[in-house]
Amino acid sequence: MTAALKMNSNFLPGNPVEAPRTGRLPVGLTDAEVQQFGAEIDALRQRIMASLGEQDARYIRRVIKVQRYLEVGGRGLLFAGILPPAWLAGTAMLSIAKILENMEIGHNIMHGQWDWMRDPNIHSSSWEWDTVCPSEQWQHSHNYMHHKWTNVVGMDRDVGYGILRMSERQPWHPAHLAQPITNAMLATFFQWGVALHDLEFERVRSGEKSLAEAWAQLKQIGKKAGKQVGKDYVLFPLLAGPFFLPVLLGNMSANLARNLWTYMIIFCGHFPDGVEDFLPEDIENEDKAHWYLRQLLGSANISGGRLLNVMSGNLSHQMEHHLFPDMPSNRYAEAAIEVRAICEKYGLPYNSKPLHRQFGSVMRKVLRLSLPSRKARSKA
Amino acid sequence: MGQWLATPVLPEAYLELINPLLGPGLRGRVERVVRESEQAVSLEIRPNHHWQGGRAGQYVRLGVDVQGVRHWRCYSISSGDAGRAETFTVTVRAIAGGQVSTWLNQHARPGTVLMLDQAVGDFCLPSAALPKLLFITAGSGITPVMGMLRALAATGQAADVVHLHYSPDEQNNLFAAERRGLALSHNWKNLNLLTRSQGDEHFSAAQLAASCSDWAERSAYVCGPAGLMESTADHWQQAGLSEQLKQENFRPLLAPVAAGVGGEVRFWHSNRIAEGAGNKPLLEVAEEAGLMPKHGCRMGICQSCLVTLKEGQVRDLTSGEVFGESGDMVRICVCAAAGDVVLEL
Repeated sequence: MTAALKMNSNFLPGNPVEAPRTGRLPVGLTDAEVQQFGAEIDALRQRIMASLGEQDARYIRRVIKVQRYLEVGGRGLLFAGILPPAWLAGTAMLSIAKILENMEIGHNIMHGQWDWMRDPNIHSSSWEWDTVCPSEQWQHSHNYMHHKWTNVVGMDRDVGYGILRMSERQPWHPAHLAQPITNAMLATFFQWGVALHDLEFERVRSGEKSLAEAWAQLKQIGKKAGKQVGKDYVLFPLLAGPFFLPVLLGNMSANLARNLWTYMIIFCGHFPDGVEDFLPEDIENEDKAHWYLRQLLGSANISGGRLLNVMSGNLSHQMEHHLFPDMPSNRYAEAAIEVRAICEKYGLPYNSKPLHRQFGSVMRKVLRLSLPSRKARSKA
Repeated sequence: MGQWLATPVLPEAYLELINPLLGPGLRGRVERVVRESEQAVSLEIRPNHHWQGGRAGQYVRLGVDVQGVRHWRCYSISSGDAGRAETFTVTVRAIAGGQVSTWLNQHARPGTVLMLDQAVGDFCLPSAALPKLLFITAGSGITPVMGMLRALAATGQAADVVHLHYSPDEQNNLFAAERRGLALSHNWKNLNLLTRSQGDEHFSAAQLAASCSDWAERSAYVCGPAGLMESTADHWQQAGLSEQLKQENFRPLLAPVAAGVGGEVRFWHSNRIAEGAGNKPLLEVAEEAGLMPKHGCRMGICQSCLVTLKEGQVRDLTSGEVFGESGDMVRICVCAAAGDVVLEL
């Protein structure tokens, strides 16, 4: 058993939870083999990063251009939204624009994937994305906390986002019975959930995090949210004069569509069946090779074509994204071919299934974990 | 209003869709490309409304995207004084192995959009009464002086000009015909020394005395490669006339750093200096020096620790790559000093 997969039955003091290994994931690798695996992943990364050039730069600039045209076009059409075809087309265009900006553009730029271009307008230090969540707070909770502690229960707050029980290792609480509803609410208002994520309410409650720090963050969120709400729900409707209602409804629908889509893609990243989660002890003295292994085992891909790739911000390649968070997303598909081959070579799982299957298993998990775990049952 | 509609992006980001010059920041569009020699090309650039103008002898920084990466280089304005609403010209000579100069020579076309920085520099003619002038240039160092010659011609100011220009051969003797014409019209002395094809000597005290006997009475402007700059600086200093000499210094090429060698790390804002080993992340160097830079994962993946590099180069410990140009943002948690560096920390 490799160091990364040691089990520990004492998850919380006085509340032992047994989390049996499924046995469907044969990771019987020696330490030497893990190091070799790590070296091959490293080599793949170096090779791809060294080959970045004009084609890649052209890709992101093109995506940004398309997104902006879609946004301007969508908003323009919504001004004529009193006509149903214009409203439908306008809302669809604006929804796609918001999805592109959130995923393929914003999330990836903020990861520093395009910093190598040295364009200050397309840079992780300056990009502010089109949601109510301040970029700076996102970069802390996501780039740092989530990507470093991926799927370590108790350290990666993306495991459940502080409100859902998404791992057998999380102790059950009666409040979890309501989790199908909480889940639906989170999906509907996803951008707000994301915005409040870095506040770390539970740490404020426990006293670990100062109220002053949380308040400063809340003010920053308020400022960003104010501008976003002002733009979508006040200014643009006002500009439409008597035809404000289609604009308002169109903007609301586009935000909702973006929320639901991003929620679905993101929840398919680390929750589908077959994805591993870990305990803090599992990552003691973790080196780079084991970090790569944990990233692989703790993530899942969504199989699909180029359209799915771009609309999911290439999180259809969640495993590759977790192995190489700062690799430009347009290269993930290329990396995937080799990652798959490396996994086969080392007998590692490569979890890639169509969207409906991954999402289906996530929804089943939400339902299943809303109830207390039955002892000694393997994860379905 | 535009800001509220465009938030969180700048309104210019949308205007850029209509016309690239309306995009954010100072930028310009190439309007004309003139080939001056096999290796040099002049680019007439129309800047956008952010342009503050420039004087002959000043230089602008051009931001050029080569293979997806933006590089900044300094080029002198060769067209003369440039007002706010006017175009200006730079003349770019392709340096062997030079990324930007080669790209501009091969790929710049009318319509190419370049990023710009405002004109800076004090290698300029005095605005008041003109003294007797002596220009000494070599190779592409002629560009700022060409700007000055054209500016003088444009204003019709009376001037006593002697110009010594060194180039290897006639093909690389930039603006030869134009300078001959200007010299004839304005009664200036224009001397071309062809060091390779005609075996003319490089700069020396004797040569200067022979070409321009009253050099000590002239305001001298020198621009060229390091060798010329050093010789002229020495010569004027020995004569005790250093204040009469003005030199244009382009950014020197960085010396290649031996593998693994660190250097002195200077923290610009905090006013501290520390020794940076070639394999020690700058984040640790900073922390040991008593600073507390922002950081996150400490493994190079979250971009929380980005700091601007002011001078010097760094080594990315995850890849071994040595890189860095002034203005680059580097991840200090995985980069170590590769030679002396100055960080904006």
